[in-house]
Amino acid sequence: MKKSFRKTVISKWQLLVMFLVPLIWYIVFCYVPMYGIQLAFRNYNPRLGYLDSPWVGLRYFQQFFSSYYNRDIIWNTVSISLYSILFGFPMPILLAIILNELPGIHFKKILQNLTYVPHFISTVVLCGMLYLFLSPQYGVLNTFLNFLGVESVGFLESNKYFKAVYVLSDIWQESGWNSVIYIAALAGIDPELYEAAKIDGAGRLKRIIHVSLPGITPTIVTLLILRIGQVMTIGFEKAYLLQNDLNIRSSEIISTLVYKQGILQGNYGYATAVGLFNSVINLTLIILTNKICKKYFEISLW
Amino acid sequence: MKKSLNDRVFDAVIIVISVLILLMVAYPLYFVIIASFSKPEAVLAGKLTFLPVGFNLKSYQMVLQEAKIWRGYRNTILYTVLGTVINLFVTTLCAYPLSRKDMPCRTFLTFVASFTMLFGGGMIPVYLVVKNIGITDSIWAMVIPNALNTYNMLVMKNYFQSSIPGELQEAAAIDGCSHVQTLLKVVLPLSKSILAVITLFYAVQHWNAFFNAIIYLRDESLYPLQIILREILLQNSLEAVGGDLTGMYEKVMQGETMKYALIIVASVPILIFYPFVQKHFTKGIMVGAVKG
Repeated sequence: MKKSFRKTVISKWQLLVMFLVPLIWYIVFCYVPMYGIQLAFRNYNPRLGYLDSPWVGLRYFQQFFSSYYNRDIIWNTVSISLYSILFGFPMPILLAIILNELPGIHFKKILQNLTYVPHFISTVVLCGMLYLFLSPQYGVLNTFLNFLGVESVGFLESNKYFKAVYVLSDIWQESGWNSVIYIAALAGIDPELYEAAKIDGAGRLKRIIHVSLPGITPTIVTLLILRIGQVMTIGFEKAYLLQNDLNIRSSEIISTLVYKQGILQGNYGYATAVGLFNSVINLTLIILTNKICKKYFEISLW
Repeated sequence: MKKSLNDRVFDAVIIVISVLILLMVAYPLYFVIIASFSKPEAVLAGKLTFLPVGFNLKSYQMVLQEAKIWRGYRNTILYTVLGTVINLFVTTLCAYPLSRKDMPCRTFLTFVASFTMLFGGGMIPVYLVVKNIGITDSIWAMVIPNALNTYNMLVMKNYFQSSIPGELQEAAAIDGCSHVQTLLKVVLPLSKSILAVITLFYAVQHWNAFFNAIIYLRDESLYPLQIILREILLQNSLEAVGGDLTGMYEKVMQGETMKYALIIVASVPILIFYPFVQKHFTKGIMVGAVKG
């Protein structure tokens, strides 16, 4: 008895030592930065450090909200995200249902694997492809438009099309990959339910609406909560890489502003404040959606 | 059983939609391939549709001639291999203890890890930490700040909990296995599918990493492939194009199709990796992902 007790202590000790490495990582790269958020309220001076730099209160927040660009930037961030949710979120679900209904296993496999491919392409390459395809002089899309008798459009050289390009290319790149989870959820639905619906006289479409969709609703809701919690986190990389002087009014988003102000210009306090505004909204949204979903769908993340 | 007319119409509609999706996804990729083998004049004049025009390998030769592409390639391979090894090591060390019921403070520590998915310091505070530790402008800036991905870690933890019988781990403990031995000899050998999937996730992330590089690296000799790609694809800077004026026009033209070849050269390594992992895919991802 004694021996085994000692053994448990030893083995727990091993578990704790193992966890030490990730714990230190979490502290250094996640929790120290959270402590560093106070920079948003201080005029940071590297020589004085976090605690001794002078306190400036809400100055940076006031500066951001009184800037001429803040409305544009907040709107760009939110609208790109809302369009992505509105048009992009249903796509993987539709794709999964279509794949599920496809007769013929081979074509299904090919289509499924093919739609994953764009996910593995880097953002830089995707943006490179967009510039090549959408170029007003040589781009293949404009060549096609000319063929149809439409004049060339500078898709990336205007404020008008930036968001559409952003959202559509996102749909192209991620729908296949994001459908994996729905495909797996559809595979988990009891086949007897389909049989029962069939006996009751439900056609294919009715079976999709009354069996497939309810079967994957928990997955949909869970992913939707996660997605809404990220309404204000849109990929820095893609927006930054697609940006140019001609589309800047619709392509500048919070994270690109934080990068330019903080990393490029060294306005650490201001950039941290803008970033903090962003993360607080995200946190609030995810808590709210989770609450709502808990109440109405009885599904919650925690 | 014979299909009814309705069912056959339904099938036909589904097939038509699927073919359209197939074309929309595949055509841009296919176009990149044929353009990389075609004459620049044909590509720029929009003469390409389904087959290469004026088949040649000049674009690939041009890619081979750019020294900075190869330097970037070498760096990216180094970051990907080293980074993925570190990722797997740290992720396992985090996921295994948290998957054990006898881990002290398990709920609290899981919260400590999960909370970082909801809230974080943001770009600047993280940047300052990395800067203060003194690893900017070094290979470590590319592998340490992202040594762990909480989502991947939770997927692995859930896999350990749900797919490896607790009795097996207990039996190992009774046979005198320490935790380290149980992890190495029982848990990990049974987790091949999740390890394959998570390796893929991390490797893709490192191969495609751009953000860390533009934030932390100033020294050009450390630039990974993605930074070089950006210079060439998006900022049109080519060493081979500058310099002597003879054949300048041709080089500029070739430079345009060379971009297509470069896209292929940069993306193929990570794409050929995928089919090997694919069979583990659904199994590995489903277990952890549904409820995090």
